[in-house]
Amino acid sequence: MEITLTLNGNKITASVAPDTVLLDFLREHGCASVKCGCETSGCGLCTVFLDDKPVLSCSVPVVRADGHKVTTLEGLQEEAAEFIGFIADQGAEQCGFCNPGFVMNTIALLRENPDPTDDEIRAYLAGNLCRCSGYEGQTRGIRAYLNAKKEGRL
Amino acid sequence: MKQELKSVGKGVRKKDAMQLLLGKPAYVDDVTPSDCLVVKVLRSPHAHALIEEIHTDVAMRVPGIVAVYTYRDVPQKRFTMAGQTYPEPSPYDRLILDRRLRFVGDAVAIVAGENEAAVDKALRLIKVRYEVLTPLLDFRSALDHEILVHPEESWHALCDVGADNRRNLCAQGMESDGDVEQVFADCDVVLERTFHTKACHQAMMETFRTYTEIDTYGRLHVISSTQIVFHARRILANALDIPKSKIHVEKPRIGGGFGAKQTLVAEIYPAFVTWKTGRAAKMIYTRRECQIAGSPRHEMEVKVKLGADRDGTIRALDVHTLSNTGAYGEHGPTTVGLSGHKSIPLYTGSLEAFRFAWDVVYTNVESAGAYRGYGATQGIFAVESAVNELSEMLGLDPVAVRMKNMVKQGQIMPAYYNEPASACALDRCMQQCADAFDWAKKYPVRVTENGKIRAAGVAMAMQGSGISGVDVGSASVKLNDDGFYVLRIGAADMGTGCDTILAQMTAECMDCAIEDVIVFGADTDASPYDSGSYASSTTYVTGRAVEKACLELKEKMCTVAAELLDCPTADVVFCGREISRADGTASVSLTDVANKSMCRNNIALEATCSHSSPTSPPPFMVGMVEIELDRETGTVEVLDYHAVVDCGTVVNPNLARIQTEGGLVQGIGMTLYENIQYDERGHLSENSLMQYRIPTRLETGRLHVSFAPSYEQSGPFGAKSVGEIVINTPAPAIAHAIYRATGRWYRELPILPEHVALGDTVK
Ligand code: FES
Ligand code: FES
Repeated sequence: MEITLTLNGNKITASVAPDTVLLDFLREHGCASVKCGCETSGCGLCTVFLDDKPVLSCSVPVVRADGHKVTTLEGLQEEAAEFIGFIADQGAEQCGFCNPGFVMNTIALLRENPDPTDDEIRAYLAGNLCRCSGYEGQTRGIRAYLNAKKEGRL
Repeated sequence: MKQELKSVGKGVRKKDAMQLLLGKPAYVDDVTPSDCLVVKVLRSPHAHALIEEIHTDVAMRVPGIVAVYTYRDVPQKRFTMAGQTYPEPSPYDRLILDRRLRFVGDAVAIVAGENEAAVDKALRLIKVRYEVLTPLLDFRSALDHEILVHPEESWHALCDVGADNRRNLCAQGMESDGDVEQVFADCDVVLERTFHTKACHQAMMETFRTYTEIDTYGRLHVISSTQIVFHARRILANALDIPKSKIHVEKPRIGGGFGAKQTLVAEIYPAFVTWKTGRAAKMIYTRRECQIAGSPRHEMEVKVKLGADRDGTIRALDVHTLSNTGAYGEHGPTTVGLSGHKSIPLYTGSLEAFRFAWDVVYTNVESAGAYRGYGATQGIFAVESAVNELSEMLGLDPVAVRMKNMVKQGQIMPAYYNEPASACALDRCMQQCADAFDWAKKYPVRVTENGKIRAAGVAMAMQGSGISGVDVGSASVKLNDDGFYVLRIGAADMGTGCDTILAQMTAECMDCAIEDVIVFGADTDASPYDSGSYASSTTYVTGRAVEKACLELKEKMCTVAAELLDCPTADVVFCGREISRADGTASVSLTDVANKSMCRNNIALEATCSHSSPTSPPPFMVGMVEIELDRETGTVEVLDYHAVVDCGTVVNPNLARIQTEGGLVQGIGMTLYENIQYDERGHLSENSLMQYRIPTRLETGRLHVSFAPSYEQSGPFGAKSVGEIVINTPAPAIAHAIYRATGRWYRELPILPEHVALGDTVK
């Protein structure tokens, strides 16, 4: 079937099999940032925005995106660039495989709550698994970014 | 000898950090074409069976299917998938496809097709008639059982590891020092305990995956998520029975490994397809495959007998480990060794005698492999728990007991191949940790207002730095135009940051900026030989090769510079961005030297050096945990985890800290969440990340990591290792805290809420 959606600002029309999941569709359409870690909605690696709301693209049929707006990290490079240096300064990116999903969900968090506490950060990102970093470095990175912003150091 | 350092010791950003955080294409599936054959494997539904009949004709007729292979199509020479130095200690017990199936998930057939839908359809249409055999699932009764996992004649072991396939034995051995029985007879107390750990999974976020194609020269080009490019080349050559010269292996960025990718789990299937069909192919493991047919930790039952005096002097240790290698022997003979070699020597300070014996058995469950800690984790859980039990039994403070008995700087460790503790700050680790954690205050058990119990636990650990006398690390350093360097390595950065750490060392040696060092690796055609990234070897072994190569390159550069400066080589000095005459009258820039090397020059401004170490200096650490335990629900919450690590010189404090935090969280997962359960037919129930629960960020507690560095003379800039040791303390420390809170010792992992609530300590 044929669907039309806006991917990172570009309108695209494609014909898809009805059982295609959004994750596969996005990777086939040049969005290599979208990663698969589990296939069972349990890891958060495949997080993208559907109409600006974070969703797990492994469990969204692509037909549900028909007529909607989909955003991946490819489309949010500038917004991400604002804070990711602080994660890098912790060394918390590690293998990097979970990073795109984590960064997407962090963007969603900061849009919703520009001044979260550490516990709010942890709660919001609870669905984003990371096997390398032990998580604390990611939290420290976000904290360092928020502090820098508050102190006008950005 | 300590020196003033500019790059080593700095918490610089990882070279690839920003690209990874921006989600740029970097991993196997991102950087290889997608218009290639999709490869999948039909997996055995039975834990033990023989293929009676297999029909692939219907499957072959599915449009888009290019090949279906069965056991009839593969070479009949056995090999091992373990990434180890040749001759591998792991027995040669594999075929690419075998008529005998040895676990649920074992490969029955390989299907390759133009698209996933066709391959999935073909998988369903392969008709197999199995002769279902009784599986051998209980590793405690596997030795000399009537059911044989490997009855075949062609099974063979290259090394003398005590293996015997007619006895289900993958390895067996014993070593000792002193007369343990005599010391036990003389001890005030002798404690005997049995511990059990399960086949935990690495659960790296990127599952196994490999792309293969035939290159312009007709060779097999393999792009894989692997920690071991050179071993991969040899293993593929063995499996496909083709010359190694026909194979080229490289790795892009790796989405985590933790040892899983020290075994050739996925590579062989697409490689076989490409070699047979000439077509490019790709195999990406599903998470389910990763769980049921991966290469997890060896399940072990560790019996500890400990002899001590009433004052807490630990005088004798007798450790027996029974290890379950599963259906195949990958890393079986070697992991088991660490369960004793990395636990018993912790008590070198007072031990008068020890004995360590082991049996490694085959069973019909998933084949085990290498996972961070590599056997040390299991042994340390057992021995450290036994020491905690002893302390509690004698009414002594377990911190004081350890202070009294622990290995000290300079001591020879009989239980560690008689190697010396050449750099050991374990005592400082303990002191520093006790202070930071406030052991004196937190050790006593407290009840909170809401009726929950707060309690603390402690453990210490060691590991190695490379495999002594075996591992080889190499580095090539080259000077380029403008005076920048390229560092080529065969070690694999799997996210840990070894590319950056080795660049820091290069920058230190060449007295340049870290940005002036480009790192390339790992590629079997282009990299100098390296055993690969495992056994905590890269910083310590490859780091030393970097130092050597830099030294050699500097000499060559000085020779070229001397020509330019028109003076004897002995009269020039290397000063980073330039090389000058010793008397300071003239100098040439690195750019001048680099340009000279490209015009009328006979000296290659490139140096390659290898390094292998006769010893494997252990890093040491101490972990202390505070938990809050809910007696009603049995829930254990980690509140704070303090860790102090002696990894020698800390090359990059940020990366060492993250390594430690990541390892602690994996250790917490292994202790409290990650379970492995087989049903009576050998099916694993934890076959997804829903069932196999790794910790989320709500379950880690607050982690407090610091360092108590010693200085290892034989290491680069005094460094040892940090990658593996960090997973070893959580299990014994948390089990200790749970005892403090409940009065019950849990000797089997994981310790789940239902066990705690029901007081159910032994299965
Ligand atoms: S792949 Fe979507 S949540 Fe794991
Ligand atoms: S960085 Fe490797 S999984 Fe998060």
